[in-house]
Amino acid sequence: MEFLSRFKNALFLIAVLLAQAIALAVQVRTPADAGAPDGREVRLIRMWTSATVTPFERVAYAIGSGVHFGWQDYIDLRHVRQRNQDLQQQLTRMRIEQAAIAEDALQGRRLQALLAFKEQYVGSTVAAQVIGESGSDTSHVLTIDKGSRNGLRPDMPVITPDGIVGKLRDVFPTTSQVLEIDDLTSGAGVILATTRIRAILRGTLTGRVQIGNLTADSRIKPGEQVLTSGGDQVYPRGLPVGVVQSIAPDPDHQPYTAIAVRPAVDLDRVEEVLVITGTQPNLPPDAQQDLAAAEAQHAADLSAERLPSIHDSDSGVPGQGGTPPGTAAAPNPNAPPVVAVPHPLPAAHPDRFTSGSTPPASDLTPGGPNSPQNGSPPSSPPNPPSSSSPGSGKPKSQPASPQPNAPQ
Amino acid sequence: MVTRSYMSRREVEQQSFSLTVALLVPLGAILLQVLLPKAMPRLAILDLPLIVTLFFAISRRNPIAGTITGGTIGLLQDVLTSQPIGVNGMAKSLIGYAAASLGSRIDVENTGTRAVLTFGFSLVQSVLLFLIERRLLGIRVFHVLWLHELLRAMVNTVVGVPIYLLLDRFKYQE
Repeated sequence: MEFLSRFKNALFLIAVLLAQAIALAVQVRTPADAGAPDGREVRLIRMWTSATVTPFERVAYAIGSGVHFGWQDYIDLRHVRQRNQDLQQQLTRMRIEQAAIAEDALQGRRLQALLAFKEQYVGSTVAAQVIGESGSDTSHVLTIDKGSRNGLRPDMPVITPDGIVGKLRDVFPTTSQVLEIDDLTSGAGVILATTRIRAILRGTLTGRVQIGNLTADSRIKPGEQVLTSGGDQVYPRGLPVGVVQSIAPDPDHQPYTAIAVRPAVDLDRVEEVLVITGTQPNLPPDAQQDLAAAEAQHAADLSAERLPSIHDSDSGVPGQGGTPPGTAAAPNPNAPPVVAVPHPLPAAHPDRFTSGSTPPASDLTPGGPNSPQNGSPPSSPPNPPSSSSPGSGKPKSQPASPQPNAPQ
Repeated sequence: MVTRSYMSRREVEQQSFSLTVALLVPLGAILLQVLLPKAMPRLAILDLPLIVTLFFAISRRNPIAGTITGGTIGLLQDVLTSQPIGVNGMAKSLIGYAAASLGSRIDVENTGTRAVLTFGFSLVQSVLLFLIERRLLGIRVFHVLWLHELLRAMVNTVVGVPIYLLLDRFKYQE
């Protein structure tokens, strides 16, 4: 008894430390599962604490956002008109870019269908507000104001329009914890957009994001875009992650390199996020409509570029057989649509690059050659290309060969 | 001019706080720790829970109370992070115990002493966290960035001293 009373302080400390060490041993996981949600008991403790802290976070967020939006929407309105004009111009530019990309997207989808690729598109999302953080610079966790009552589950990806933020770690009834991609225990499967190299993205202690499982490769340059690969079964394929910032030897893991990635999202200032609650094999209806509209616009642009004679004849130039001035702007609704895509002149010396000499995409195999096996030009002159691809209403594009290292 | 503080052993051992202060101040520190970095991300370097742990430990001068205070605050801090529960709990239990043990031996009412204690214990906590993460949990990529930890200790000291003076108003002698 005397021993206990004499060393009661030290014994108490040892008991407390021992209890916590045992608790740590129960929770500890292998590194592969480091970002996984907690077990039931630990989750309960986190949920109770979260339920205590969250109401204060909600109040603080409401006050802060009220002051912020009041200032931004009613007081600080300088340069709004100029910003609006800039955004209109940006929108116009992006529409043009979208039209240009639409054809590539459709071509890619056709090839994917031929090769039986399974693409996963974002099907449904839940918007959420960030109401808190972990409060530690070694742990990068966000608290959002949506939980299991809103259909959220652990491991669901969290994104913004700019790129990925992280994934859900612990989901409580009304709130959730988001493990950001720059957390030490975080990881994501990524692919480098240009070189198509697959890698694993990890957070670091300093809050940087880096790829550390690649050996030195001269093809990887700063500025290359990094996308999700879909290989981790968490993030859908093709979402922006960031850009390569720097490449340096990794002193801790030779001969690998440490490729620092600048996240596409400013992770320190995330306010609103989208939680992806479901994916689907097809594009959402809205996106399909947008794509169809962009495709039609792009086809019209192509026709306008390739068929100057049609527009010349409609321009009503006197003496050239065109419509008289004043009548060109009044189209006849009963007139059949003009489908006049001229055939290109046959090549004088056809070779394997001549239009129509490449076998159809359905005959191609991944990794195989995209021309006849003997490599010789076709013996007969190529057939003139058809005026439009079936059902698409636009000129048929050149069949492209699938890239051998295309992502699965 | 040197300021000398004379306190009897009885005075030293009987400083305490009301239950409201003992509960609300740690909770407020944890809440601020969660909210401040959202408004200003650089403030994540500050460790308000450590400052509060040190204040209560060196004021009460009871190692068991210091251990409980530090352990509780650390565990609450762990719950809100992605770390296993117990990392900060163990570190702050030790800090609370050590600070309370020191508080019963030296005069910790002096501002300079408090500043030195805060700076020193901030660095000790960094070492403890490194040992727990690296040795106990086996996280090989966990490093101590000494410059960063020195900066953290300085920030904690600068912010901690005024907080101690503020919290001194809630102390009462039994």
